[in-house]
Amino acid sequence: MSRLLRRAAIAALLLTAAAAGPVRADEMPVIKVEMRDGVILPAVIEVPANTRFKLEISNTGQSPVEFESTELKREKALAAGSTSAIVFRTLDAGTYQVFDDFHPDAKATLVAK
Amino acid sequence: MIGAFVIAFREVIEAGLIISIVLAATRGIPGRMRWVLLGIAGGLAGAGLVALFAEKISDAFEGSGQDILNAAVLIVAVLLLVWHNTWMSKHGKELAGELRAAGAAVRSGEREAAALSIVIGAAILREGAELVLFLYGLVASGTSGADIQFGAVAGIGAGALLSAVTYFGLASIPSRYVFSVTSVLIIFLAAGLAAQAAQFLANAGVVDVLGHTLWNSSGVIAENSWPGRILHALVGYTDRPTALQGLVYVATIAVMVVLMQWSAADKRRAVRPA
Repeated sequence: MSRLLRRAAIAALLLTAAAAGPVRADEMPVIKVEMRDGVILPAVIEVPANTRFKLEISNTGQSPVEFESTELKREKALAAGSTSAIVFRTLDAGTYQVFDDFHPDAKATLVAK
Repeated sequence: MIGAFVIAFREVIEAGLIISIVLAATRGIPGRMRWVLLGIAGGLAGAGLVALFAEKISDAFEGSGQDILNAAVLIVAVLLLVWHNTWMSKHGKELAGELRAAGAAVRSGEREAAALSIVIGAAILREGAELVLFLYGLVASGTSGADIQFGAVAGIGAGALLSAVTYFGLASIPSRYVFSVTSVLIIFLAAGLAAQAAQFLANAGVVDVLGHTLWNSSGVIAENSWPGRILHALVGYTDRPTALQGLVYVATIAVMVVLMQWSAADKRRAVRPA
């Protein structure tokens, strides 16, 4: 029952995504970030400035995490074992603080250049 | 344990403050509790679904699915709050008991309660998905001790309690003034939600104008400090607003004030000839 429900919901989402237009398969740099029970790796995340890129965040720990930056106005909660991405359209060169909202001591910096 | 308490408490009050204001704003509408409970149940179910399909939603729309979903939920809530305040400036007095010829108010009150139900559902859906992920993670990982789970449950309880205190505080305002107070609170609430929606659309690349930062007040009140979070939930405070957010915030307030004036004037016209 729940599997059926899940499949139906996935189908609905795929249809919505398809209706929104063809998915552009353009190349954009992918920067990987690992979050593990209160640790953000790497501690200094280097990303390209003024261009599209994708921040791929993996939660490899046992507890849920929330990647967040008030400076960047972005947040993403991730269950244990899941991976998700944030797409940045453009980002001015600079240094931005990021943290794990579910592990208050976990901090890192994101450097765009 | 303290960490789990704080996180759960924080997530609950963000939706809880919105709900308590909306509840106080609709005092006196008959049959509203049914709609309130429906909104809470619908919001929780929606939050569960969003948490369950978090990855799928994120990947939709070239990685902007979460931003677009958040923006859509917020925009629905804003439109209903605008409608609520417009309606209230016409029927608020009847509900406050000053005019007991409440026929029309009661009849359209059902529609009003349904709108309120959706606002509550949207608030829970928006804030609840994170809480569901967090709580599910605590239970599912099996590594967290009973004290952490207790902390999370206590955090939810404390958040619900603070929301209830807020509601009863607002509800204790004499009925002549209560709707004036809640109307003002809802104007700022709606403006804040609209500004958040604008930011989600900007993040998704749907809107690509006025992206520069207006000011940085993180040194005065940081957005992720306690005062910052409360102000964020109540009036949409953000420590580095973009020009787009500022514009949307001010425009939402202007539109709501104009609509409320118009609706109140409409009411006066309707009463006078009789």
